[in-house]
Formats: sequence, structure tokens, C-alpha cells
Amino acid sequence: MTAQRASYSVTTVSGQANRLRKLRPSGWIAEIIKYLVLIILAISFTLPFFWMVTSALKDDSQVYTVPPIWIPNPAHWENFPDAWGSYNFNLYMVNTVFRFALPATLGATLSSAIVAYGFARLRWPGRDLLFSLCVATMMIPFAVTMVPLFITYKNLGWINSYRPLVVPAFLGSPYFIFMLRQFFRTIPEELSDAARIDGASEFGIMWRIVLPLAKPALTVVALLQFMWAWNEYLGPVIYLNEQDLWPIALGVAYLRETVYSLGALELAYPYLMAVSTIVTLPIVIAFFFTQRAFIEGISVTGLKG
Amino acid sequence: MSVSAAGRRGRLRARATRRYLFWGLLFVSPWLISFLVFTVYPLLSSIYYSFHRFDLMRPPVFLGVENYVRMFTRDPRFGKSVYNTVYYVGLSAPLGVISAFLMANLLNTRIAGRPFFRALFFFPSIVPVVVTAMVWRYLLNVQYGAINSTLQGLGLPVIPFLSNPQLAKPSLILIHMWVQGNQVVIYLASLQDVPRSLYEAATVDGANAWQKFWNVTVPLCTPVILFNLIMSFIGGVQSFVLPWLLTDGGPNQATEFLAVHLYRNAFEWLHMGYASALAWVMFIAIVVLTVVLFKTSARWVYYGSGE
Repeated sequence: MTAQRASYSVTTVSGQANRLRKLRPSGWIAEIIKYLVLIILAISFTLPFFWMVTSALKDDSQVYTVPPIWIPNPAHWENFPDAWGSYNFNLYMVNTVFRFALPATLGATLSSAIVAYGFARLRWPGRDLLFSLCVATMMIPFAVTMVPLFITYKNLGWINSYRPLVVPAFLGSPYFIFMLRQFFRTIPEELSDAARIDGASEFGIMWRIVLPLAKPALTVVALLQFMWAWNEYLGPVIYLNEQDLWPIALGVAYLRETVYSLGALELAYPYLMAVSTIVTLPIVIAFFFTQRAFIEGISVTGLKG
Repeated sequence: MSVSAAGRRGRLRARATRRYLFWGLLFVSPWLISFLVFTVYPLLSSIYYSFHRFDLMRPPVFLGVENYVRMFTRDPRFGKSVYNTVYYVGLSAPLGVISAFLMANLLNTRIAGRPFFRALFFFPSIVPVVVTAMVWRYLLNVQYGAINSTLQGLGLPVIPFLSNPQLAKPSLILIHMWVQGNQVVIYLASLQDVPRSLYEAATVDGANAWQKFWNVTVPLCTPVILFNLIMSFIGGVQSFVLPWLLTDGGPNQATEFLAVHLYRNAFEWLHMGYASALAWVMFIAIVVLTVVLFKTSARWVYYGSGE
């Protein structure tokens, strides 16, 4: 009897422990508490969004109520187009997508891939030292270089344009260089060696062999960069003075000012919430379709860091 | 093996190395340019500007160390901003790391719909900061924010989250913990990297869940925790957008963090030289903090066989 139980315990100890746990009352309670905590957390994390969307549908009389109205009735769906039309948001959207996000994404993906290739697929003296330097620059706070960068850009005449935001993207971004380098190292060297024997140039190897194999990683880079450009506030607020050049982030912030500084503006809060919702929507949709890519990209960089 | 053949091989190897050096540097050149132009040059020139008075309109005026002296003796807002930053970072970084790690552990247990909950926790971290600021400003509003108006409806006193100087920073810390979803994802991945065999060995040794957590899970995740802690500190010291949009450094400068003070000096008052000095003090503080964190990490970080 004892011998039988001993051999059982080695192979299925976890299974047996689990079965025991399910039978004991403490196991039951633990499960309930676990799901309770999860649900409470889930509610806390989504409540602000729910509040944002439902507040967008209110009119002024429903905003300032005690207790708060969670589902406005009547729901003013026209707040969405009205809020969007109240300022130049279409222009801001065009600015964000075509002058900032798309060029930055293109530049960052391309340049980070090229630089990462140099760090990952080629062996040359000083390579690892330079790579450590590259990674170390991620820790330099933007605030430190912010002022002289501004002065430099002013001297170049780049203030009031998107160049300060887009040009650096074309020169590689350490975060993405790091991510892609880790990924490139997982591609077998034999593929490159075979191509080299066949006389292919390094650039050819990168373009025709390594990059096609790295499409998932490149997609993550493109996704993350686009999202960061979409969300960015500090860069644009420093470099863009003309209202017509603003991206949507600045537009939303400006709308806030009309709410808080001018005080009693009609439908200020609902409009602010409506615009915020519209600005968040593309991210929700993009995230819904590319969840795995997002999360894997961030996990990989975070783990190896 | 004749001597000349060995010599020839040596020369070929040297030539191959030079060739690879050329190609390596060529591929890496975009970053090298960026590094020199957008990192090294601004770092050096910000040292230069920190010893001058410069308002962009007139040429810089040499001031010696006056900016630094002024910072520590005649700028009360600097002292306040340092206090605010230390308070905020000292609480938000550890709390953010701990809460994210605990949530990741919760997600790592056997639950139904893990991808769903994971997405829910992760989502706030990819929302535009502007939206976060707007929504939370409305949510925490002292009169008609959801929380306070519910309290009023129940006859309870309101909580002036953002209008009471004592509560402003804790409110920011709370919001910070709300956007730690990306950390949760990273910890979840590292939790799943912990070898199952270690847990089984612990079970055989008679360990309960609590002991397994402290003796297996936590030690093996400490490298990732350290990395995230450092990045949280560095990010926290530079915290600008949220205090700027939520409370504009107020109320009563309660949320005037170092980065906010820097921004004001640089772009509102055009004290570019003084702002450069502030930036360098911030930089040195971050470097010192990072080094201290690294040095003390040897005592609690466990680098397993994988590293």
C-alpha cells in the first residue's frame, strides 16, 4: 500500500493536490475570492472608459447631477459629430496620421531593422560595446536633452514642423533596435552563411532573407510606433506652435482648456468626453485585432531587458 | 604548415575583420548619426547652456555657476518640486511594481478567460495620456465626478481628490497604478518562464502556496522586477504630462514635479540656461539613483542559470 502511494506521488503529486484542494472548503473559498478580486479589478480598470463613453452622451443637465447618471436617457448621440465638428479635429486627424504617425512608423521600422541587423547578424570589433551604449541611451531622460534639442531645432528652422518628431525616427530608435536585434539573433546563421557563399551582399541578405522571416517582429514595431505617435503629447506641444499643425492629442488638450478656463461653456464636458472617445476608438480596434502581437512584443523586450 | 601560409591566413583574417567593421558600421550608421547629433551634442551643449543665461532672443550670457547656486538657494519652487518628485516617485514606482506583479500572479493562476482579463488590465496603458488625463479629471471632480457625486448621493462627505493639496499626489499615484498594464504583461511572461519542475519539487518538499510564492516565484522574477523598478523610477522622475494636464502643477504647487518646473522655466519663462541646469541636476540624480539600485540589487536579485 505504502509503496503504491509513493510511486503515485512522484508522477501525479500536482494532480492529486489539485483534486484534494477542490474538495476542501478552503479550496472553494480561495476560488471565489480569486474571481471576486479579478472582477473588482476588471471593473476598476474599465469603469473610467465606461464613464467616458456614457458621459459623452449626456447633455448639460445630466452632467452635473447627484447621484451620477450612469446611463443617460435620452442619449445624445449627436454629441459625437457635433463635438468633432466644434474644432478643427478633421485637420488634426490628418496631421496625426499623414504628417506624424505614418512617416514615423515607416522610418522607425526601416531604420531600426537596418541598425538591428548590423548589431545582430554581423560580427565586427566594438559591436557589443556600441550596442550596450545604444541600450544605455534609453535611460537618458528626455528632459535632459529637451532644451538643447529645442535650440538646435530652432537654429535648423524645424520648429513649427513635424521634422523634429519624424526625422529622429528615420535614424533608429533604441527600444526597437533592441527588440529587433533580439529577434534577429534567433534566425539561424546557416541561412546567412549559405547566402554569403552564394555571393549575396549583406544588404541583399538582409532584404531577401532576414527581413521576410522577421515580419511578425517588424509588425510589432510598426504597431507600437504608430500607437506612440498617435498618443504623443509632449513632443508636439514643444515643437508645434501653429494650431493648424496640431495632432489630435493637442486638439483634445485645447478642448479641455475651453472647459476649465472659460467655465460655463455649453456641453463642454460631454464634448470633451466625446472627442476623447473618438480618439481612443482606433486604438481599441487596432488592439482588438492585434492583441497578441502587442503583448508578445512588449513581453519579449521586457523579459530580455 | 609553413610560416608563410600562417602569415597569409593572419593577413586574410585582418582584412576580413576590416571588411566586417566597414559593413557593421555602415548598417549601424543611422543610429550612430542619431546618437551623435541628437544625444551627445545636446548633452554637451546643455552643459554649456547651464552656465549661461539664454532666452532664445538675445545671445547667451555667461553666468558661471550662478544658475546652480540660484537653484539651491533662491528658488523655492525647486525645493518644492524636488520634494514632490521624491514623494511621487518614491511611492508610485514601488507601488506600481508590486501591484502589477501581484496582478500578474493573479492572472497566472488557473482562471477562465485569462486573455480577456489580461487585455482589460493592459488596455489603459496604451490609451493616449491626454485621454487618461481628461477622463480621470472628470471622474475625480469634487462636485460632479462619478465618485464624489455617488458619495454625495449617499450622504457621505466628498473627497477633493484633485483640489486638496494633500490628496493631489496620492491621486496621481492611483492613476499611475491604473496604467501599469504593460508591466503586468511583462511579469506574466516572466512568471510563465519559471520552470514547473521547481514548483513540483517544492510541493514534494511540503511547501504551501505562500512558501512557493516567496521561495520560487519571487526570486526567479527578480531580474525583471529590478529592470521594471529602475525604468519606473526613471520614468517617474520625468513625469510631466499627467500632472500638467490634470492639475497644472497645482493645487498650490502640490503636483509641481521637477519635470513640470523644468518645462515652465524653459518654455513659459524662456529661462533656457536655468532649465539646462535643472535638467543636469535631474540627470545626475537619475544616474545616482540607478547606480544605487543596481549596487543594492545584488542582495535581492537572483540571476538563475538562464542568464
